[in-house]
Amino acid sequence: MDISTFLIQCLNALQYGLLLFLVASGLTLIFGIMGVINLAHGSFYMMGAYMAYALAPIVAATFGGGFFATLLVGVVLAVIMGYVLEWAFFSFLYEREHLQQVLMTYGLILVFEELRSLLVGDEVHGVEVPPFLAGTLPLGEMMTYPIYRLFISGVCLLLALGMYLVFTRTRLGMMIRAGSANREMVQSLGIDIKFLYRVVFAAGMAIAVLAGMVAAPVSSVYPGMGDTVLIICFVVVVIGGIGSIRGALLAALLIGLVDTFGKVLLPQAAGVLVYVMMALILLWKPDGLFKAA
Amino acid sequence: MKSILFRTTLIAAAAALLSTAAFAQTGAKLKVGLMLPYTGTYASLGNAIENGFKLYLTEQGGKIGGREIEFVKVDDESDPSKATDNVNKLVKRDNVDVLIGTVHSGVAMAMAKVAKESGTILIVPNAGADAVTGAMCAPNIFRSSFSNWQPGYAMGEVMAKKGIKKVATITWKYAAGDETVRGFKEAFEKGGGTVVKELNLPFPNVEFQALLTDIAATKPDAVFTFFAGGGAVKFVKDYAAAGLKKSIPLYGSGFLTDGTLDAQGADADGLFTALHYADGLDTPKDKSFRLAYAKAYKLQPDVYAVQGYDAAQILGIGLKAVNGDVSKKAEFAKAVEAAKIDSPRGAFSLSKAHNPVQDIYLRQVTGKENKLVGVASKALTDPARGCKM
Repeated sequence: MDISTFLIQCLNALQYGLLLFLVASGLTLIFGIMGVINLAHGSFYMMGAYMAYALAPIVAATFGGGFFATLLVGVVLAVIMGYVLEWAFFSFLYEREHLQQVLMTYGLILVFEELRSLLVGDEVHGVEVPPFLAGTLPLGEMMTYPIYRLFISGVCLLLALGMYLVFTRTRLGMMIRAGSANREMVQSLGIDIKFLYRVVFAAGMAIAVLAGMVAAPVSSVYPGMGDTVLIICFVVVVIGGIGSIRGALLAALLIGLVDTFGKVLLPQAAGVLVYVMMALILLWKPDGLFKAA
Repeated sequence: MKSILFRTTLIAAAAALLSTAAFAQTGAKLKVGLMLPYTGTYASLGNAIENGFKLYLTEQGGKIGGREIEFVKVDDESDPSKATDNVNKLVKRDNVDVLIGTVHSGVAMAMAKVAKESGTILIVPNAGADAVTGAMCAPNIFRSSFSNWQPGYAMGEVMAKKGIKKVATITWKYAAGDETVRGFKEAFEKGGGTVVKELNLPFPNVEFQALLTDIAATKPDAVFTFFAGGGAVKFVKDYAAAGLKKSIPLYGSGFLTDGTLDAQGADADGLFTALHYADGLDTPKDKSFRLAYAKAYKLQPDVYAVQGYDAAQILGIGLKAVNGDVSKKAEFAKAVEAAKIDSPRGAFSLSKAHNPVQDIYLRQVTGKENKLVGVASKALTDPARGCKM
């Protein structure tokens, strides 16, 4: 591997890591902070991707279109859905055992998949990259790098920064962190914890949907796409340390690195390398890289 | 003396009763177990196969081989871990006479295993696992589709003939990918080419960027690939976005561009692929099939629908020869082996191991169709390695 190829692979690793963070960050909120094992997180991601496919023509017809308008509409819809889902289902889960959470959220996966099948069908769809981001940059002598991938990385970094600031620098962040440490104590201080959690859940879902919408042009849109990201999302959150945004970002980047170079240097083991890494990190630090305070 | 007479009468009566029972059985509906994916990634394939199968049934006036059909459907979810249970349900609980299925190779292998043990007639309408008509071959197992080896081998011949010397291959590390690439390599190296790099990634991983960078660094003359479904869409788009489509031509097994062209858009334009079906075959049989299918389902048929249709034809040929009595397995197999199946893809017969001996077409993507370019390999027979039949 010469130096330019090595640098391109580093870029690939970075880009994949950031994309993973984007998908997993919503799970950090819901699983990491609220403590609900949400298997339906992959379905939220899938919903986002299908929204990018199905909403674009509708938005174009009503608001005159635009990539960002579609994103905005999708996120607003996701917040509403997240709010309703939390009210209808997830609010009953906080005090339940993990197994019951798994059972219900697994049921939700089946429901969402079936709804998807009824509403949009089972075909594979492509989503066009918005024209102003459609260009490519030359890279090395043969390759080009799509600008849209750089745009995704930018979105991830912004989101990571935004989440970090909200959590560490705002009153809302403080209440959320306190709520995850001790629900009853926070309640007794006069904070409406139920409402707070509803908001956090809606935000987590909105981030997952946003991730799906942003990733749709590069990942394409197909049935079962949520299942494939679900497991890796859990790996990100577990390696990073439950509830830690810094940890999730670092874990996602690590996985990107291991996965990218694993595929090239150790192709026979590419499928397991990430899990080997997870096992090693958990042996070394059973709570993950950063345990949330 | 009296007791002997009594006994004979009794036996005769019993025999008569038995034969009426047997008659009643052939007169009753034939139970066909459809084990196909109705949910998950391959749901649309499962539906197309069923549609094709039922189209033939309708054409025959609702009867195959003189018997009405009762369907028992199982969604196999393309999950190999549930496959043995699912197929046992059909064979043991529902007592189906015939098994039809499936799409996923791993699930099909489980079906073949059960069919081989129980002797139930099995017709595979898609799964390409070489072993189904290789090591697992049996007198009661038939395939109406293809073996993974076939499109790979045909494309290997084509690319070697084009004078391409150095090729890199890339696929998912699982049966279909491995076997397709193996077929390709066999023909391509026989024709004087070299495979300089074999790239793999775990199924169903779709993060191709690292391997694309590797391809760019290797600089082969061309790339041969097997991907299907969502992975095929993403691979074709990523390949174009990485700027490789211009410098390193991409060739593939036909599944790269089948049922995926709408999603792939312009990025698939001009790609060459090999498969046993193509758009624009322009034969009377294909035209009438397409018309009838479009009328019945308001959809354009694809290769999966053709395979479902032909599975029903194979069943029809066999049943006709045994007058609807599926217990006569040897005669059933003999009739199918001798038959020429009038498929929309072009007439084909079955090999000794019961895999189609068929033309593999070279197709090029133009205007969202896999347009026929020519025949890549005429009457290609799978080598049926490991089959002792």
